Amino acid sequence: MKKNKLFQYFLLFPVIIYSFLLILIPLIYVLFLSFCKNDSYGGMIYEFTLSNYLTIFDFTYMMILLKSALIALIATLICAFISYPFSIFLMDKSERTRSFLIKLVMIPFLTNSLIRTYGWIVLLRKNGVINSALIGTGIISKPLSLMYNNLGIIIGMVYTLLPFMILPIYSAVSKMDYSLVEAAKDLGASKWKVFKEVILPSTISGLFNGSLMVFIPAIGYFFISDILGGGKVMIIGNLIKNQFLTARNWPFGSAISIFLILITFLLVKLYKKIGGKMDDLGGF
Amino acid sequence: MNKNKLFRNLFIILVYIFLFLPIIILILYSFNDSKMNIIFTHFTLRWYQELIHNQELLNAFSNTLIIAITSTAISTVIGTISAVGLFKYKFPGKNLINGLIYIPIVIPEIVLGISLLSVYTLSKLELGIGTILLSHIAFSIPYVITSVRSTLNPMTSQIEEAAYDLGASKLKTFWYVTLPMIFPGVVSGAALAFTLSLDDVVISYFTAGPGSNTLPLKIYSMIKTGITPDVNALSSIILLITIVVLTVATIYQTKTIQKREMAK
Repeated sequence: MKKNKLFQYFLLFPVIIYSFLLILIPLIYVLFLSFCKNDSYGGMIYEFTLSNYLTIFDFTYMMILLKSALIALIATLICAFISYPFSIFLMDKSERTRSFLIKLVMIPFLTNSLIRTYGWIVLLRKNGVINSALIGTGIISKPLSLMYNNLGIIIGMVYTLLPFMILPIYSAVSKMDYSLVEAAKDLGASKWKVFKEVILPSTISGLFNGSLMVFIPAIGYFFISDILGGGKVMIIGNLIKNQFLTARNWPFGSAISIFLILITFLLVKLYKKIGGKMDDLGGF
Repeated sequence: MNKNKLFRNLFIILVYIFLFLPIIILILYSFNDSKMNIIFTHFTLRWYQELIHNQELLNAFSNTLIIAITSTAISTVIGTISAVGLFKYKFPGKNLINGLIYIPIVIPEIVLGISLLSVYTLSKLELGIGTILLSHIAFSIPYVITSVRSTLNPMTSQIEEAAYDLGASKLKTFWYVTLPMIFPGVVSGAALAFTLSLDDVVISYFTAGPGSNTLPLKIYSMIKTGITPDVNALSSIILLITIVVLTVATIYQTKTIQKREMAK
């Protein structure tokens, strides 16, 4: 009996230590910091204040928050608009082909996301591959501004996060009862109606899963807005990064982080409410 | 009808072009004679030769590889043990632990990055390779746990029971009975941890010290001054390695599944 207990400790001890030391305590510390004051030398004064949270509602920061949310939302919508037809069209293929094609979606993931983002510079810049090709074929006469603006950031976000939308939506679509779609078609429903009334309701948790895994990282990926936005466009990720590394105002940076965590928890709660499972999140 | 099918296939092909375009461009330019990545002039292996002499870049790469291998090994062991423990036992605070391990998966990476940076600073840990390694272990464990957990079910518990009844010790049962049953989950968890570690930019960015360079950090600092083609060459090599690792893992998994189907 005693030996059994020992084995139980062996199995549970690491995860308890881990989740406290590397998850709970860091987050509590950030929560604590968010209520501290900041001295002008980059240090913290351990006095209670709510000013860090009030600063978030300053016009400048509010605009960054809104812009960041808007960029993330557009990226999420574009990903969903690509993933649904992609997954539905994939269902025409045999099971073998499908499983191969889905694995193929993951291959670009195996290179570092920075390197891939750099690849987009080569493609998008003024004298890049796309502009050169368009000018060379006479379609346009002046190069298009495809990067160092919001468009560049959105392209980068969609590119980096698309597989996170494709995988859960594909998984939901492939588990769907296809006879319902056939029945709806036989009864004369239009394509849009079949999608809206049959496919969408039965794959909604997949869609929500994908949206969560696209929207949340898209708020924080500062390197994409740094590289493809040319440092001109700031998203929440850049704001937090600056507070921690350049402005050295950790309490304010912590307050924004806590704000992000709250938004995340809210979205996760919603996801669970519509019947989503936690283990499906971030699954490949 | 045929037109419809053509449109569908065209759409699928366009998605793959979008996904693969930047990678193909990088591989292509790693063989390009011109230093400016604009026009393709001649085929050359020059950048691969130059890569061998770029000690700084190779050091950054070996740091990245060491971190990826070590963090994968440690997080796979801890994640596997934890998944089995959390599946088997009930204990006070279990719900809390179960909730906590999802946090690194759902919260923005940047938040995990700054929270780890904050506690490292608080506990006066010197930032460097060690703190990057610890952070990679921190974000990989939850993925290994969920991956292993997907292979655990009431059936696996019954087989374990049978092993105890036949007189096997707990440890023996774990090693000879449980582990082989959950092995596909362990392998895919490890593969996931490895790719996540190689891919990570955000968390390394915050937890790295001034001198400690990993490849992503090195590339990040280079993007502002201009990336040399030997980086393209190195990226192509890394891509090749990871594709091989993934293929081996997939083949292994399908074989195990096939074996199991046969056994049934």
